[in-house]
Amino acid sequence: MATIHVDGRDYEVQPTDNLLHACLSHGLDIPYFCWHPALGSVGACRQCAVKEFRGEDDRAGRIVMSCMTPAADGTRLSIAEAEAVAFRKSIIEWLMTNHPHDCPVCEEGGECHLQDMTLMTGHSYRRYRFTKRTYRNQYLGPFVGHEMNRCIACYRCVRFYRDYAGGRDLDVYAAHNHVYFGRHEDGVLESEFSGNLVEVCPTGVFTDRTLANVYTRKWDLKGAPSVCVHCGLGCNTIPNARYGEVRRILNRYNGEVNRYFLCDRGRFGYGFVNGPKRIRRPLLAQDDGAAEPVAPTVALGRWASLLRDGRAIGIGSPRASLEANFALRALVGPERFHAGVADAEGRLLETVVAILRDGPAPAASLRQAEDSDAVLVLGEDAPNTAPRLALTLRQAVRRAAFALAEQQKIPHWQDAAVRDAGRDVRSPLVIATPDATRLDDIAMATLRGAPDDIARLGFAIAHAIDPAAPAVEGLTESAREQAERFAALLQAAARPLVVSGYGSGGEAVIRAAANVAQALRRTGRDARIVLTVPECNSLGLALMGGAPLSAAHAALRDGRARTLIVLENDLYRRADRASVDAMLGAAEHVVVLDHTLNETAYHADIVIPAGTFVEADGTFISNEGRAQRFFQLIVAEDGVKESWRWLNEAARAAGKSNARWDTLDDLITALGEQLPALAAIRDAAPAADFRIAGNRIRSAPHRYSGRTAIHADLTVHEPKPPQNPDAPYTNSMEGYYGRMPPALYPFFWAPSWNSVQALNKFQDEVGGALHGGDPGVRVIEPRPGADSDYAQEIPRPFARRDGEWLVVPQYRVFGSEELSALAAAVAERVTGPSLGLNPEDAAMLAVVDGDAVALELGGASHVLSAQIRPALPRGVAALSIGLPGLPAVALPAWARILPAPPELRT
Amino acid sequence: MECPLTSNIRRGQPPLDIAGYERVGGYQAVRKALATMSPEAVTQEVIDSKLRGRGGAGFPTGQKWSFVPRGEAAPRPKYLIVNADEMEPGTFKDRLLLEGDPHLMVEAVIVSAYAVEAEVAYIFIRGEYRLAAERVERAAAEAAARGYLGRNILKSGFSLDLHVHTSAGRYICGEETALLTALEGNRAIPRAKPPFPQAAGLWGRPSVVNNVETLCNVPHIINRGAEWFRGLSLGPDGGTKIYGASGRVKRPGAWELPMGTPLREILEQHAGGMCDGYALRGLLPGGASTGFLTADHLDVAMDFGSVEKAGSRLGTGTMIVLDDRTCPIGMLRNLEHFFAQESCGWCTPCRDGLPWTERILAAIESGEGEDGDLAVLEMHTQCLGMGKTFCAHAPGAMAPLESGLRHFRGDFERHIRTKSCPWRT
Repeated sequence: MATIHVDGRDYEVQPTDNLLHACLSHGLDIPYFCWHPALGSVGACRQCAVKEFRGEDDRAGRIVMSCMTPAADGTRLSIAEAEAVAFRKSIIEWLMTNHPHDCPVCEEGGECHLQDMTLMTGHSYRRYRFTKRTYRNQYLGPFVGHEMNRCIACYRCVRFYRDYAGGRDLDVYAAHNHVYFGRHEDGVLESEFSGNLVEVCPTGVFTDRTLANVYTRKWDLKGAPSVCVHCGLGCNTIPNARYGEVRRILNRYNGEVNRYFLCDRGRFGYGFVNGPKRIRRPLLAQDDGAAEPVAPTVALGRWASLLRDGRAIGIGSPRASLEANFALRALVGPERFHAGVADAEGRLLETVVAILRDGPAPAASLRQAEDSDAVLVLGEDAPNTAPRLALTLRQAVRRAAFALAEQQKIPHWQDAAVRDAGRDVRSPLVIATPDATRLDDIAMATLRGAPDDIARLGFAIAHAIDPAAPAVEGLTESAREQAERFAALLQAAARPLVVSGYGSGGEAVIRAAANVAQALRRTGRDARIVLTVPECNSLGLALMGGAPLSAAHAALRDGRARTLIVLENDLYRRADRASVDAMLGAAEHVVVLDHTLNETAYHADIVIPAGTFVEADGTFISNEGRAQRFFQLIVAEDGVKESWRWLNEAARAAGKSNARWDTLDDLITALGEQLPALAAIRDAAPAADFRIAGNRIRSAPHRYSGRTAIHADLTVHEPKPPQNPDAPYTNSMEGYYGRMPPALYPFFWAPSWNSVQALNKFQDEVGGALHGGDPGVRVIEPRPGADSDYAQEIPRPFARRDGEWLVVPQYRVFGSEELSALAAAVAERVTGPSLGLNPEDAAMLAVVDGDAVALELGGASHVLSAQIRPALPRGVAALSIGLPGLPAVALPAWARILPAPPELRT
Repeated sequence: MECPLTSNIRRGQPPLDIAGYERVGGYQAVRKALATMSPEAVTQEVIDSKLRGRGGAGFPTGQKWSFVPRGEAAPRPKYLIVNADEMEPGTFKDRLLLEGDPHLMVEAVIVSAYAVEAEVAYIFIRGEYRLAAERVERAAAEAAARGYLGRNILKSGFSLDLHVHTSAGRYICGEETALLTALEGNRAIPRAKPPFPQAAGLWGRPSVVNNVETLCNVPHIINRGAEWFRGLSLGPDGGTKIYGASGRVKRPGAWELPMGTPLREILEQHAGGMCDGYALRGLLPGGASTGFLTADHLDVAMDFGSVEKAGSRLGTGTMIVLDDRTCPIGMLRNLEHFFAQESCGWCTPCRDGLPWTERILAAIESGEGEDGDLAVLEMHTQCLGMGKTFCAHAPGAMAPLESGLRHFRGDFERHIRTKSCPWRT
């Protein structure tokens, strides 16, 4: 530690930090623009100027930029000194020479860092009397709006987009006071991290277009801590709502998980919540097949009558909370509860759980992954399957540059200098996938192969690290050398990381990844593993357990079950049409609880309107094994209720004695008792009776308007806002706001800090953990002393077949995930289904890019657009999966591919 | 009087080809250094010569070289870069050398690269200097053909590749770190220091950036020794200096004179004094980014220390003369227009401050000045000072304005008071 003297007071700081970081961490206010805790310092905006003195006798001092000055022991500085104050004020005055005075009509107004900094510096009178420069704005796609006149040229956007996120299509053009930040021409921003520009931009240049369409001021938006539902990483979010509608998603900082950034699927995928296909009232199928809305009591009565014969089974869901799944499990009985994922996926998830539990390599949080100094990716196309992880890996490869910078005595926060010095050094990243990925540009080596060959590479690497790991038979000399080379890279690292998961399409690949991590661990490396899972609660459901989907079908077919209860799950996404049709046909009655109409719901006798993640509270367990609570943002006043509450009420109506939960906390207690391995989820967040000084926490900012009058167009009786019994919030702007347990922040705000930058006030140290520790509890760790045996089953090498292709899954960041694809903004980014083919294979089939091809798979023929993928190995085809309109198929699988009949060619 | 830098330059004559250059002793410094001196010895000789950078900042050249990591452990390749991006308004001394004696430039590069153990050299030439680039390129080709460039030069074991690069054209490329960034093909934006280019420069490798005139002294220092070089000067800084003058003087031009030649001698003797009917009001002694000196300063010796003591900077040593029939506000408006336009746009004070000063000056010049304008201009001269902006561009831009406000205060006030420009009516 070092001591710095700021305006006559002493502060303990890290000498490796810069003065701005150190002062902000101590709660001191220094205005800034270009500096960002995740992007470092570049000294462009000159806003964070302070006066530095050479010693006690130095009265004159000199102006320095606090972001560019190390917090060296003994540094004496003044924030309040007159020249520094005047200089900082003049910076705003300069920025304002061109910044429009459009705050009243600017989307950023009220949460604008530039507004905050303007007030902080005291600039209030405009002396500049000349014209302002104006720009033409660009269309940047459905996510991000562009208003360049507001630009203060802090360069954060390009530094995030290009340097941090690896994007290529946003840049700075022109020079002097006419610098322009945009694309070379109008067009959709390509990066799947473009939405972060909205939060990175300190003013209203880049704004959220999904919010702009239904614009609401920040202070009129309610918030709740939430967890992203669009992949398995568990990024923390804050959805904002007004008038019972979600209006946007903000990043919610979690130092161990997503930190400052989200992917666009997570940020803009919320639209399904407000979607036209939402189920708002219970529906009962009539004799003619039509569904009629009915009163909840009617639906519950009918449902209870189905339950009384005791022959109901349940299918849970990896996109429903642990609590909802547990309530279903309790309703039908553990042995009649099914996990609701395809059998193959269920086995894959069991494998993931076994690897994480039996060790020895622990799961890496995203922060730990970012800190890794060598990464092996086996099979996973992270930019499409778990985008935020890809952004993390992009930072992990910078460890070598930081190490080099340290040698050259360049502080880690000197962003431009570190990047200059380390421009051609990267920590090893080896990517072995069937097809090219959007991380290939930073990879030290990329390998393309069928899943079995990727698995063999993994096994060979593990063997090269630890000869006790099984050897791979029949490896070519060059493949063995390659494996040894990669093994050496991982062994040379202090904190190696192995990444694999559901995108790899095979258990063998995941087991190979586990062998590598295990071999590294056994040879003394602090290795960690990241195994992705497809959905927000895939791992939670796997930990809860449940019979496979085929067992549900068997029970219905054999007559052991008559009623099927489906929880938040479109079975048509889980298995092929014929088998789902057969399963639903075998059930005498089908009850569907879901929030959005889907194909499964059309087959239901009873449809129950479930709450989405914003209308319910609950817990998800991320791929890391982190249990995280999400809280209700919208207290639905129509028929929508939490799934667990519906299930509880159905149990009551049916006279079942084992479901008597008045609140979520009651349920969580019962869950912990019955499933001790999950008991820790109780600690994911404080219980509903949590109070601070006797108060609940307010869910809206203190300036929130219209608490009682908001529905005055419907009733003038100014009702009390409905209150959530399951969480310690007021559902209004009344109540406590201040320091609180970190899992509870419904928004971040501090006096003088109205923008997202207020976050600084809630961290132990800027960029560090939230006060009180980062939210979430890890419920799965390697058992003490765990050291399972190496996986021994090594697949045989991939062999091409005549006339057949091995079809592997191709995930798409936009389209493959069910719920986000329902959001209008994301839907705009979804392109049609396609089949990727190696160019030679395509030539053999006499098809060119865009031609229609017929894929004969699982007894059905699907017509798809051919996509020539030069990186794909011969004999392997990549099928875009999960896209709307494309049936579910189990992959990898062998299939025939034919040029589509001429009438289908366009 | 010895004029080592310009001795081969004949007005109206093409430059010496390699045969001619060798006949007058050319490439002897290469032979001497590579055969008989270690890189450290060459560096030491330059340190001893008290050669200071002629690009404007005046940093001791040998000392700059001594910061370059040496030996086996040094990162490779290392680079020597010649800053020939001569865009300082009023400055044309490097052009004279490049066009007039390109082989001297090439020889200087070889010897200097040897001193810092660089294996690759670039000459970064201002885009408009086409003739200079052509001549230097031809000289480099001739030198390569004669074995002075390429692998294992003169069997010394030392190898050097020389590339001539013509700039896409921004004034900021004259700033050494922006030059490096531009040379890499990126936006010409200065870099933060540290790390200094000597440690992490071009493509992150150790690099030395020197001005044309600076380096052209090196072969002579090697040939004739540091002591001789120091002796050329009238003051503490070694060598000769190419001084120049532009404006309403009788004989605008550039002359190689002993370092420390008095201002009066340059102006009155070499430039022939003011044109008839014009009187001296002030001059910028070393290009547009140096502060005004006036008739009171004519006895100042034109060396780094003396000019600084007089309140300005030696800069490039090529003066711009302001006469009494030109509006000083108009001159400053013209200068600030240049600086505002050439701001790279990286840091706020420079990007947004310079255009404001330009517009105020334009308003004052055209009779639209207001009370308070001078206070705003003064605020800029203070807030755009060294250390407050990212690089030296804005402080340089403020040098003429700050001194102009001091020396021509009455003119400013009169413009604002009478709402007109006396020189326009």
